[in-house]
Amino acid sequence: MGGDRMEDIVHAIEKILAKAAGKDSVVTGEIVNCWVDLGEVNDIYLQTVRSFYEMGGKKVHDPRKLVFIMDHYAPASTILQADNQRQFREFCREQNIELFFDVDQGVCHQAMVDNGLVYPGMILVATDSHTTTHGAFGAFGTGVGATDMAVIMITGKLWFRVPEIIRFHLTGTLPKGVFAKDAILRIIGDLGADYGIYKGIEFTGPLLKSLNVSERMSLCNMTTEIGAKTAYIQPDDITLDFVRGPVKNEFQVFTTDPGYKYAAEHTYDVSRLKPQLAAPHSVDNVHPLEKFIGTPIDQAFLGTCTGGRAEDLAIAAKILKGKKVHRGTRFIVVPASKEVLLEAMARGFMQILVEAGATFVTPGCAACLGTHEGILAPGETCITASSRNFPGRMGSTKAQIYVGSPASVAAAALEGRIVDPTGYLD
Amino acid sequence: MEKIVKGKAFIFGANIDTDQIYPGRYLELTDPKEVGKHALEGADPNLVKEFKPGDIIVASTNFGCGSSREQAAITLKAIEVGAILADSFARIFYRNAINLGIPLLVCPKIHDLVKKGDTLRVHMITGEVVNESTGAKAQAQPLSDYVMKILESGGIKPMIRKQIGADA
Repeated sequence: MGGDRMEDIVHAIEKILAKAAGKDSVVTGEIVNCWVDLGEVNDIYLQTVRSFYEMGGKKVHDPRKLVFIMDHYAPASTILQADNQRQFREFCREQNIELFFDVDQGVCHQAMVDNGLVYPGMILVATDSHTTTHGAFGAFGTGVGATDMAVIMITGKLWFRVPEIIRFHLTGTLPKGVFAKDAILRIIGDLGADYGIYKGIEFTGPLLKSLNVSERMSLCNMTTEIGAKTAYIQPDDITLDFVRGPVKNEFQVFTTDPGYKYAAEHTYDVSRLKPQLAAPHSVDNVHPLEKFIGTPIDQAFLGTCTGGRAEDLAIAAKILKGKKVHRGTRFIVVPASKEVLLEAMARGFMQILVEAGATFVTPGCAACLGTHEGILAPGETCITASSRNFPGRMGSTKAQIYVGSPASVAAAALEGRIVDPTGYLD
Repeated sequence: MEKIVKGKAFIFGANIDTDQIYPGRYLELTDPKEVGKHALEGADPNLVKEFKPGDIIVASTNFGCGSSREQAAITLKAIEVGAILADSFARIFYRNAINLGIPLLVCPKIHDLVKKGDTLRVHMITGEVVNESTGAKAQAQPLSDYVMKILESGGIKPMIRKQIGADA
């Protein structure tokens, strides 16, 4: 008997939280204190080290469960940035933290995946809002600030409220020129930037079978732009084939019980979706790209944890092979990680893109957050494969930023204006 | 935590993101005094000149969305914000602010009841908000027990210090 009461029908996310909290079960809205499998700190968060000492920390709880990644300022552009990174290096030496990724490794979310640190069923907490990315692997990934991370460094644990879970059921086939990025932009545009605050977002449906790991990561990555706490895709053969290479430890795949009641459900058939753009100055200001065709572009930006993977560079290389970036338009290309850069070299993407006139930047977050390596002047217009177009996000508050797919970015680089990328993918 | 907070209101709209609260180009600063000089600079460059300790920030929905940068909370603590009232908050900003002991209240429709310069009186325990300039009243959602415990400890840092016996 049993198994048919509502409280017995449990979501995989709840099972992950329950296990990490040492409990048999959890209920929506409950505050649980969970063991964290991996805490990741990046280089704009020196406050983690400060908070650690301010709270009386002496030795970290478990140095094997922490990774420090120098990505937002990779490599340092100012003396202050350099000094922040120096203090991180010193801290990791003192605390015997071996997982220290220096400025060669790239954006934390990609570097962790490349290095086998992300696996199904884990609790991954990082000082970065885009930690929802790791739902692509069936991990519970969530972003926090510096002091929350310092609590993890001291105690190994952190409190969470068990979230309501919303399902997005994706059906159909993506038309040529349309990518997972366009689908998630459409969803964000339909529901608004605050729709998913505090919620878990799960993606299900037959479309997932045709999405590679890179596109699944982009989907989950962007759920933070509707405020989500975490994202989730049930691990399948695509996931397991992928993690089998880099991941060396044992892990458990959790599954959602049939009949689970979601807080809300949405179905999207992508078969007739067109390329989408988020127009200035918010990520939910989403319209079909065709509305903006002809808009002159000063800078096209391809990179980041959202749109800087090998698959994204491959699309750009396809569009720009044997051609030239439009005169007067800058095309900034930033491989998300060292592994992506190596692949871009091995498969010839770098050769093609540099010959076409692209400016290569070393792996890292680069201009995405307006600190260095391609920031925008007042009055300039940028199209980006990254995630955000807030006022001033990539430099001047008087710059205009359009967020789109890597294909839309590369095609705009070629033409110097916004164009439909579909015809450039033949 | 002060039970009653009284101050002048500064008004912001929906989806004020952390790039507007604390622009990325200042993230390398670590001294809270320096961090405080750029509070909400991306949304209102004059705010720091007009803002007095104890004044209150009122916003519409999704205040603090975007990046997880704790500097967005640190900068508002540095200008000694009395309280932040919003129709809703983004989750990482909410956690960061509570951890630093900044009183935040979710107060649906508050944005429509207040204009810049109004004097507000906020009762942090009951959630009662009175606009003393207009007489309008609003009711904020009560803080959860866990959040109240953090705020009453003066933020999560004193709470953890006590938990691990750092001051023993």
